[in-house]
Amino acid sequence: MIRFENVVKEFSNRPVLNGFNLHVHKGETISLVGTSGAGKSVTLKHMVRLLTPTSGDIRIDGIRINDLNGDELDALRSRFGYLFQSAALLQWMSVFDNVALPLRENTKLPEREIEQKVNHVLDQVGLLPSADKLPANISGGMQKRAGLARAVVIEPDILLYDEPTSGLDPVTSRSIDELIHQLQKDLGVTSVVVTHDMISALTISDRIAMLHQGRVLEVSTPKEFLISENEIIRGFLDSQCISPSFFDEFPEKVLS
Amino acid sequence: MLNHDQYQCPECESMFAAWGHQVLAFSQRVGQAVLLNTRALMMMPLMFGKRIRGEVAHQMFLTGIKSLPVLTVVALFTGMIFALQTGLVLEDYGQEAEVGGGVTIVMLREMGPFMTALIIAASVGSSIAAQLGTMTVSEEISALEIMSINPVRFLVMPRLVALLTMMPLLTLYTNVLAVAGGAIIARSQLGVELQAYLDTAVGIARNKDLYSGLLKATCFGYIINMVACYQGLYTKGGAVGVGVATRSTVVISFLVILITGFILTKVFYG
Repeated sequence: MIRFENVVKEFSNRPVLNGFNLHVHKGETISLVGTSGAGKSVTLKHMVRLLTPTSGDIRIDGIRINDLNGDELDALRSRFGYLFQSAALLQWMSVFDNVALPLRENTKLPEREIEQKVNHVLDQVGLLPSADKLPANISGGMQKRAGLARAVVIEPDILLYDEPTSGLDPVTSRSIDELIHQLQKDLGVTSVVVTHDMISALTISDRIAMLHQGRVLEVSTPKEFLISENEIIRGFLDSQCISPSFFDEFPEKVLS
Repeated sequence: MLNHDQYQCPECESMFAAWGHQVLAFSQRVGQAVLLNTRALMMMPLMFGKRIRGEVAHQMFLTGIKSLPVLTVVALFTGMIFALQTGLVLEDYGQEAEVGGGVTIVMLREMGPFMTALIIAASVGSSIAAQLGTMTVSEEISALEIMSINPVRFLVMPRLVALLTMMPLLTLYTNVLAVAGGAIIARSQLGVELQAYLDTAVGIARNKDLYSGLLKATCFGYIINMVACYQGLYTKGGAVGVGVATRSTVVISFLVILITGFILTKVFYG
């Protein structure tokens, strides 16, 4: 569904993606993990053409997106829901208005239908009682859920998550993981999750891709990932105290 | 002393190459700012759309109504200071009755649009740059782009409409209050009767003085929006970047307004 072919991205002559290859299958949840600066968020931004590669091709359903502009780019982006690391809610709008924004701006749906759809997704993410609040007046976890509601209200084919659990306490992080997994089950979308949080990656993913120095080091299932013998992956897992027997120790963590 | 490193062009081999690099970078920034505002200008017919007109009205309120308190004080005291200074000089020649004409001409032609533009650049312009800058660094602008919502139509155009419509109106308001402030001083300090003050004020001013001043004000509104929106949408570097964008907006707006004011004066009266 999404294919990166030998993609290079340079900022001021410094390569961030350096011969990057990745294939995301339709309907799967894939997590991109790695250290800071490995190119995870840059990869995500290329998928929606917030960034354009220096060289190489990016294809969505076989269509090369490198040079899309205008209506074609709008059509591409309308297939994506994107949860930003900071949630990126418009601060002067209520939670309800933030979630309703893409429907009001890009569809001709009557206000009553928009209201129904928005209330439905807010209910899904457990934010219906906070619909009238401003983003500044809700917690970080609630802001992420509001961002998630805004991402899914347009019923996208592909959901992109940029650090969905960063800055959240462990309990809230796990509730976000469960929400992502539940939405995945309900909507059947393709999901790409950028995260540092290995517990999150292991519990919600069908596959995990380890990025290192602008390339994909290894792509494997969570169980294969846990027993990988690659030194960089082992170091990454050890830094978060995750042992190869993670799923045996915590069988309740298996969501996907 | 010129420092080669300060031009951030490591590949430039000489000082002149670094200068050239800077000139090109400056030209590119000016081009981007002009292009941004031109796009917003071309989108102005969309301001009557059902979903955008509320935002346009809100921006007009922020630019117009919210600026009235500070403009009131500035306009009154500008008129009073000007009347006092010119009145004291005119008094030496027994011409203090002409002070109304002096205040009116200066306010209509120059000081009205100029003072209003400085106040609006410092208050509204800096506020626009800070808001758009914060939205840029917190990825709200990227979120709009991904939702296929054009930031120029959604954010820049309503602010441009507000500044283009409110600047002439606020300038008119400033002019009226400054003339009124001058009248207070003329009556209380110079002993000029109100009727005599108004007779010279109305008698000496021409329609051209009013129209040229209002046209200047409209141009200044365009400049403030161009500088503030460009600085906001091209902010880099988090909170520090927002501070830089806000400061740059005020400084650059002041300079461009001053230079443009001179050019327009030369065109109308040169």
